Amino acid sequence: MSFQPYVRTDILPEQAPPSTASGPIAWMRENLFATIPNAILTIVAVYFIFSILHEVLPWVIKSSWAAGSLSECRDVIRETYGPDSTGACWAVIRERYLQLLFGFYPPFPGGEANGSVAVEGSMMAYFRVNLTFVFMLVAIAPLLFNSLPRKMIWFSALFPFLAFWLLWGGSIWPPLMVLAGIALGGVAYGVLSKAVSPLAGVIAALVTPVIWWLLLAGPVAGVLHGIAPIGILDVATDRFGGFMLSVIIGVTGIALSLPLGILLALGRQSDMMFIKAMCVGFIEFIRGVPLITLLFVASVLLNYFLPTGTTFDLVLRVVIMVTLFASAYMAEVVRGGLAALPTGQYEAADSLGLDYWKATRLITLPQALKISIPGIVSTFIGLFKDTTLVSIIGLMDPIGLTNVIRADTNWNGIVWELYGFIALVFFLFCFSMSRYSMYLERKLKTGH
Amino acid sequence: MKKTTFLGTVAAAALVSGFASAGTLDDVKAKGFVQCGVSTGVVGFAMADANGVWDGFDVAVCRAVAAAVLGDPQAVKFTPTTGKTRFTALASGEVDMLARNTTWTFSRDVDLKFTFVGVNYYDGQGFMVPKALGVSSAKDLDGATVCIQTGTTTELNLADYFRVNNISYEPVPIETNAEGQQQYLAGACDVYTTDASGLAATRATFEKPDDHVVLPEIISKEPLGPLVRHGDDQWGDVVRWTLNALIAAEELGITSANIGEASMKAGNNPEINRLLGTEGNLGEMLGLSADWAKNAITAGGNYGEVFEKNIGENTPIGLSRGLNAQWTDGGLIYTPPFR
Repeated sequence: MSFQPYVRTDILPEQAPPSTASGPIAWMRENLFATIPNAILTIVAVYFIFSILHEVLPWVIKSSWAAGSLSECRDVIRETYGPDSTGACWAVIRERYLQLLFGFYPPFPGGEANGSVAVEGSMMAYFRVNLTFVFMLVAIAPLLFNSLPRKMIWFSALFPFLAFWLLWGGSIWPPLMVLAGIALGGVAYGVLSKAVSPLAGVIAALVTPVIWWLLLAGPVAGVLHGIAPIGILDVATDRFGGFMLSVIIGVTGIALSLPLGILLALGRQSDMMFIKAMCVGFIEFIRGVPLITLLFVASVLLNYFLPTGTTFDLVLRVVIMVTLFASAYMAEVVRGGLAALPTGQYEAADSLGLDYWKATRLITLPQALKISIPGIVSTFIGLFKDTTLVSIIGLMDPIGLTNVIRADTNWNGIVWELYGFIALVFFLFCFSMSRYSMYLERKLKTGH
Repeated sequence: MKKTTFLGTVAAAALVSGFASAGTLDDVKAKGFVQCGVSTGVVGFAMADANGVWDGFDVAVCRAVAAAVLGDPQAVKFTPTTGKTRFTALASGEVDMLARNTTWTFSRDVDLKFTFVGVNYYDGQGFMVPKALGVSSAKDLDGATVCIQTGTTTELNLADYFRVNNISYEPVPIETNAEGQQQYLAGACDVYTTDASGLAATRATFEKPDDHVVLPEIISKEPLGPLVRHGDDQWGDVVRWTLNALIAAEELGITSANIGEASMKAGNNPEINRLLGTEGNLGEMLGLSADWAKNAITAGGNYGEVFEKNIGENTPIGLSRGLNAQWTDGGLIYTPPFR
């Protein structure tokens, strides 16, 4: 009998891997219970999360959305969920969310003055603020995403003037005159740099707008307004508040602190002694002082220096202080990026024959900024959250408004609901910023 | 590019500034509104509703002044001030007057150079404890933990009181009234102390107010009143006598209901006639129109009406008149005669 080896002629049907090697059990084994300490940590963490949710969720869910006061809320909750239940009183958010978003900004500026009755819940409510917000998104889009048409940058450049006019209101001419100053500077540069010398052009480009703004812009705007009174009702800044105020302060601070910070960082690395000393002095002074001190200077001290009766807008004062504060921090973040570049990059730029500005613009700065993205975004997020400090000088940011809402006899005693809502909105803003920075880092990643 | 917006605005602000200031009264008449410093929110005393309209016991003083000077109780712009910014806001001229739960003290009057024009609420510091603690007098509080707002006169009063009575306490520092409520309810402190009006308002918000008692001892004097800057007596007089007009109106029985009739023509009571401008020229002496007091009283009613509407016994805060009753009813509210 010859040896007959066993050969399988057909393929075995595929079988699922054993339950310990794939599927949820395997995933849990691998990720949650890989070792004994790991398993202990998992169990402890799950217990913690469970006990927190166990406490918080019933409070969030056993709530009242429709009530006119805190005591009414409590009655409704007791009626619905039993006599000993306590729960959140979200009715306060329902009644006051517009105030938390817009402060005391008039929903229909001019509406009352014209005698027209404001329609409750109308689309037009707060349209000036909402329009500004939409424009802001349009204006920052080309800065954030490369794929958009480059011409949109022009809109971004015009946006600050548009936003100022929409929010503050008043005649259209002052913002236009400020804009005209810049145009004049451009013209002066164009004429003088060709006719005399580039240096004269630069000086003229700087001096002409300043002279224009200080001496002529105001009267000319007045005359033009007399000829063509185009304007919308102006809104005093004591009506600004809520998240609108946070966003105004935060976004302006962010938008201005990056360019200022870059200039300061470059100045600090400069070989020119005077510029370097100025930049170092500024950065170290601002970083050595708490933000709240600067805010007090803005709200309190400046009043003594300005002549009595002058009301230099408090919000503008605060914006300037916050910007200065953020730009000092930004300068140090950018300097960190510049310092992280290998010397070879600077030498390579020199060996190509690039002058300082070209080398900075084309070689060193792009790389330095890329390295500093996480730091820059952290500073932005920190700045945005720091805007809540303005409640201490009496501005009505969301935190300041909690006090106002609690002063209402209906809502006195409410704490967590308000802070919870504010935390949620802040989280949305900050989380999107942090996500965008991660997207940007991935996009700019050139390493291997 | 964006930087220039602000440079431009600075320049514009510099341009519009620079008009010299005359007396505050003339300034107010020129600009057409009273800039009034109020608190950022104290229950019953100053609060803004969902539409941003300010109301309250302190706010009523601002409205009365606006009505007296300009004839319109709505001609007020409110500047919310915190405990830290209130005095500089007034001293620097950012606000024309301050009506903001401010205790009249020697150093504020003399050293900080303000003029307190009167008292619109006599307050005093009290204690609140849970009933379960079984305490009936503040003298039994030896060794208690006390929630206390830092940087206020209440903190100093507390230290004084415990030292005088030779008992000890442990302070739990808090920053705001809301924080104090939470700490007290969470049991972080045995005792919560602040002004008695604040205690009543706080207790009213509790789920079970009956579980807490306010102790009978009042350990300090806190006369709260509106104030103006030193050195502008004309404006100080306007604010002082507007407040006095509200008080006098209650004493003389003039309410917002009957004032229309009373001010039509001179009646039998010469003091009412002088007050409402149907006789004499008190308004002219102040630099105001003859019907200044009528306007001030019409704005929110007389002192008693303002009290009842904002903090009186029918409101959730439920304060009784107590020291703030008219002198004829055994209280301290008293105005010099209108003569």
